[in-house]
Amino acid sequence: MQAPRAVPLAPHAQKLHPLPIRVMHWINAVTMIVMIGSGWKIYNDEVLFGWLHFPEAVTIGRWAQHGLQWHFFGMWILAINGLAYFAYCIATGRFRRMLLPIRWSELIATIKGALRLHLAHDDPTKYNTVQKLLYVGVLAAGIMIVISGLAIWKPVQFSELLALFGSFQNARLVHFLCMTAIVAFVVVHVTLALLVPHTLVAMVTGGPEIAAEPQVRPQPQLEPTI
Amino acid sequence: MTIRTPSRSIFRPKHGVDQSVLAENRRLVEKIDRRNVLRGALSLGALSLLTGCDVSENDNVQTVLRAVSSWNDRVQAFIFRPNHMAPTFSEAQVVKPPRFNAHYDIEDVMPVDVAGWKLELGGLISDKKPWRVEDIYRLPEQELIIRHICVEGWDYIGQWSGPNLRMFLERIGADLSAKYIAFQCADGYTESLDMPTALHPQTILATKYAREPITDPFGFPLRLRTSTKLGFKNAKWITAMEVTNTFPQTYYTKEGFNWFAGI
Repeated sequence: MQAPRAVPLAPHAQKLHPLPIRVMHWINAVTMIVMIGSGWKIYNDEVLFGWLHFPEAVTIGRWAQHGLQWHFFGMWILAINGLAYFAYCIATGRFRRMLLPIRWSELIATIKGALRLHLAHDDPTKYNTVQKLLYVGVLAAGIMIVISGLAIWKPVQFSELLALFGSFQNARLVHFLCMTAIVAFVVVHVTLALLVPHTLVAMVTGGPEIAAEPQVRPQPQLEPTI
Repeated sequence: MTIRTPSRSIFRPKHGVDQSVLAENRRLVEKIDRRNVLRGALSLGALSLLTGCDVSENDNVQTVLRAVSSWNDRVQAFIFRPNHMAPTFSEAQVVKPPRFNAHYDIEDVMPVDVAGWKLELGGLISDKKPWRVEDIYRLPEQELIIRHICVEGWDYIGQWSGPNLRMFLERIGADLSAKYIAFQCADGYTESLDMPTALHPQTILATKYAREPITDPFGFPLRLRTSTKLGFKNAKWITAMEVTNTFPQTYYTKEGFNWFAGI
């Protein structure tokens, strides 16, 4: 007897978060913790704002040199993983599919909905406009933190890059502000993932299957078999 | 792969330790290294979550972190542009006096008595005659108005002058194909430079700041100033200099700071 098979996999069907995305996401998550914690350690040695010292308990490394060691170790993983991520997302069209288009009218509607606590995120395969903006924003901060980081790391060898920021301390400030933006994103991102746990599960298991091509024939609705 | 032999004195025996054993067993040594790196790397992810602890000082973790730091030395040497000049500034931007930094406070600076002071030379140098301060003052001077960047994150613009290091090395018959220049300082500090940095046009043995002799806290009578390194690479109160092919361990590298420390 042949049990009725579930929906046969369309040739191009894949999970919402394909394996490479999940691997890169979690590598990035750990690397971000290392980069931010060690960055705070380095910051504490010469603060930009007199009122702001990061508590030692949330910094990585005992002394400044450990913060520097971790930071200049993490940067390689961040850079390699980040390049792989951008290459993958551009090559597979993931950016285009997940993050575009961003429309003003939708943005306003989403914000209104959010204020009424009606967040349109029940379908994890579709990002609402606020999500799209946040993801585009954090990717931009990620690019900028690498550029400003290179300028701080090599202000003479890459003096042309430093010149874009005006001065060494400006580059430090930009690096700091990008960190602030990323930390703010992480707070929102983690909070929402915990509030809507199936999004967190999807980043582990891959989530529901989606058709790679949006114009693929509609899947027949399956009746419950029992 | 550079073989690094730590040494307390920069005036070690000429031929150093026999390294043929290392060369013969190179593959074995590298294999052991790699295994350690892998073992350490496996636990890094978990360890990194335990913030605020002393995991950074764990031997396995330090092995990995220092291996990466050595790799970063090589990357920095690779991207170093020997003829690329650091930006220079106007005299109006010069900060007077310069900002002090050492691994101790300014009150603890031990001034150098210039009467008994000599610059001693060692290693791959043909004329090792020590230099008195008057002789150094007679050399042609080069002035640099450059940015000083500290590993801590602060910076200021300073005006330094003194003989160009490359000119000085040529004058004393130093082997310019050697790998390193090591410095020893009156306060026991040790520092070393890669040869390309030593030969960079903006590397000088500074004797003056803002056209006046350098004052005691900032390295009187002789210090290094290079535009392409972090502040701590610029040895102050230099008493001895050695040209060598054996990696000269330095005060801050022993503490875990990056050796190349280029900017």
